[in-house]
Amino acid sequence: MGRYVLRRLLQMIPVFVGATLLIFLMVNVMGDPVAGLCGERACDPATTAQLEKEFGLDKPVWQQYLTYMGNVFTGNFGTAFNGQPVTELMASAFPVTVRLTVVAVLFEIVIGITLGVLTGMRRGRPVDTSILVLTLVVISVPTFVTGLLLQLLLGVQWGWIKPSVSPQAAFGELIVPGLVLASVSLAYVTRLTRTSLAENRRADYVRTAVAKGLPRHRVVTRHLLRNSLIPVVTFIGADIGALMGGAIVTERIFNIHGVGYQLYQGILRQNTQTVVGFVTVLVLVFLVANLLVDLLYAVLDPRIRYA
Amino acid sequence: MHAAPHARWAAAAAALALAATACGGGASAGGAGVLTSSWGDPQNPLEPSNTNEVQGGKVLDMIFRGLKRYNPRTAKAENMLAERIDTTDSRNYTITVKDGWRFSNGEPVTAKSFVDAWNYGAGLRNNQKNAYFFGYIEGYDKVHPDSGPQTADTLSGLKVTGPRTFTVRLNQKFSSFPDTLGYVAFAPLPRTFFTDHAAWVSRPVGNGPYLIDSYTKGSAMSLKKWDAYPGPDRARNEGVTLLVYTDSNTAYTDVLAGNLDLVDDVPATQLKNVGTDLDGRYINTPAGILQTLAFPYYDPRWNTAGARKVRTGLSMAIDRAQITKTLFRGTRTPATDWTSPVLGKEGGFQAGLCGHACEHDPAQAKKLIQEGGGLPGGGLKITYNADTGSHKQWVDAVCNSINNALGDDKACVGNPVGTFADFRNQISQHRMSGPFRAGWQMDYPLIQNFLQPLYYTNASSNDGKWSDKRFDGLIDRANAETDSATAIGLFQQAEGVVRDNMAAIPLWYQNGSAGYSARLSHVALNPFSVPVYNEIKVG
Repeated sequence: MGRYVLRRLLQMIPVFVGATLLIFLMVNVMGDPVAGLCGERACDPATTAQLEKEFGLDKPVWQQYLTYMGNVFTGNFGTAFNGQPVTELMASAFPVTVRLTVVAVLFEIVIGITLGVLTGMRRGRPVDTSILVLTLVVISVPTFVTGLLLQLLLGVQWGWIKPSVSPQAAFGELIVPGLVLASVSLAYVTRLTRTSLAENRRADYVRTAVAKGLPRHRVVTRHLLRNSLIPVVTFIGADIGALMGGAIVTERIFNIHGVGYQLYQGILRQNTQTVVGFVTVLVLVFLVANLLVDLLYAVLDPRIRYA
Repeated sequence: MHAAPHARWAAAAAALALAATACGGGASAGGAGVLTSSWGDPQNPLEPSNTNEVQGGKVLDMIFRGLKRYNPRTAKAENMLAERIDTTDSRNYTITVKDGWRFSNGEPVTAKSFVDAWNYGAGLRNNQKNAYFFGYIEGYDKVHPDSGPQTADTLSGLKVTGPRTFTVRLNQKFSSFPDTLGYVAFAPLPRTFFTDHAAWVSRPVGNGPYLIDSYTKGSAMSLKKWDAYPGPDRARNEGVTLLVYTDSNTAYTDVLAGNLDLVDDVPATQLKNVGTDLDGRYINTPAGILQTLAFPYYDPRWNTAGARKVRTGLSMAIDRAQITKTLFRGTRTPATDWTSPVLGKEGGFQAGLCGHACEHDPAQAKKLIQEGGGLPGGGLKITYNADTGSHKQWVDAVCNSINNALGDDKACVGNPVGTFADFRNQISQHRMSGPFRAGWQMDYPLIQNFLQPLYYTNASSNDGKWSDKRFDGLIDRANAETDSATAIGLFQQAEGVVRDNMAAIPLWYQNGSAGYSARLSHVALNPFSVPVYNEIKVG
């Protein structure tokens, strides 16, 4: 197990370097960041030169990348154009998005798996069919439509929630945005659980467990679910990174000042330091989430542990 | 079935959680006498000479008062902190600051507060994006050279002559100089700005009717009324809370839900419903913004006598009335000159100066374009940035107008550029091959500001590199003229040169729009389309 973890950790290094380098190059290809800083009017050449020097933009890209990575390893993510250190932006943005992601993942686990079990155990019945149709609808409707619709109905028409989330972004306020963010993945989790469960229901070990006379809930939770959840765990694990990075749409609709908001601002203002810094952290989140998924496999299925 | 009760329990928990948050609607975050308003994250640190966009400007307008202030209704520059601004030759000015003004930390506002601030603003090593505003003052070339390090710390043209008096010597005659002093870059700064800059930037201290109570970068700023404010325009509310919105649609939704008091940018998609949604609590007033199509004169094909006819033809091909009506729902007005109605007739605005060239006449348009040798390169590409401002829609509409006039549906196409930064980048590198989107928001309500920065040879915003000796001469004469009516007459003659050459095609004047909750009254937008916060009454 120890060697397995070590190998996985070493594999992360080239992925990390490659991903950050790609982002760095992409942001730099978009043009000169200083050009957009002065609004419709061009900055005067002296100020442009001065700003480029200050942000290190006058050096070749490879050198910028090396300096940047060097700084990152000492915890210095540079300064955004508004004079704030990027680490400060991260400190304000990541907790919010993490909360939102936690809410979304909880919805996925609680509602997704429950519905999955419900349908998987009653294949072909009306409950199964109607939930299948419902998940199909959820998957086919884009997130921004769901978000705007819920915002309009719950926020404006019925006045149940505030249409926007306050800067503090407490858990209570994040329930509806979290549900919107989770909606599509939630539907996938339901379908995955359902299929996986239905397949394993006919497996020999389940039949044995039932024949042994085990209570039904014990068969389902200890034997059937434990094995059926492997693909679901993979999906949810990989989804954590996707949710954090892909929250741009949801965060925009509900005015949540999280990672998506900072990334959007950074891209709009072509702020290299912000974009690369946030993406670097997101890449790390992806890698760690994937690592955790792989480790969880080993916990769920002993055959993987010893392979 | 054991799973079912679990599911029911989960659903019930979710419903309960939803109900727990259901206290939202109706209550406002502002509190008694305090209004909440939508805001955008300022792009630069909040320093007066470094703020060139409307969001940061909004705050500075609340916490600073300068020598002059532009009347929110008439846009006329009126004395604020200035007691007198004297000159005999339009080049040497003596400025006397009024007595009794203080910064909100108690420090008196003196002549030195201005001179220090201006020297800081002009200095190259401070990276101030509005430094060019000090370019008229003598010694600017030493403090802010075009290349190389600065060789002086202070502008030689500025001298403190007494506690409340200072003199300004300009490097050329500029008669409207006093009227430019209402711009925020010319605001005075307290000592703490220089002694503890980091602390000042995290919570700016000024001399205006409001003081900053708290500032959380990127999300909210709370301003409260400064009770000891010595000026005549005291705040009529207890304070303003500015909340950062990522999307004006969300801000608008919040106003509808009673969660926000004021949104100063009604999104284009909501214009259709805003009248019924807000029941008259919607303002749509002219702002000093003009949209034009600029041309690349560095491309020889656009710099010929024939191209002048082509430009005029293109202008006549555009159906401004229809585009502003259907696309912008009356929040734009077809332009008939190269300035803005906010200047007023006295200030130099001339309705109809453009004449027939700005009227929709497809037949004449086609004729002129053909006489001029057709479209340079056989087709037209209008370049714009696609990331903000819904420019795509109107560029497509303009192209559609042109194609209809020419009877060729491939004559004109839009050429989107991904980001604003890249768009500006391509413009400054002179990579435009055809017309491109140009928007001009005035710095100060003067006809000079609509002409000189845009069309004077090598001027700061002359992106198309247009150059005309007659125009330059008229501008120089207007700037040297001491009598303001004569000066404006000369500026208008210069504008005539722009018209005769169709140096840029004027499209439409832009309005400012705002919507507000029933708690507010006396809401108005100033000529810069910023709400006049201190006049708003709550409750």
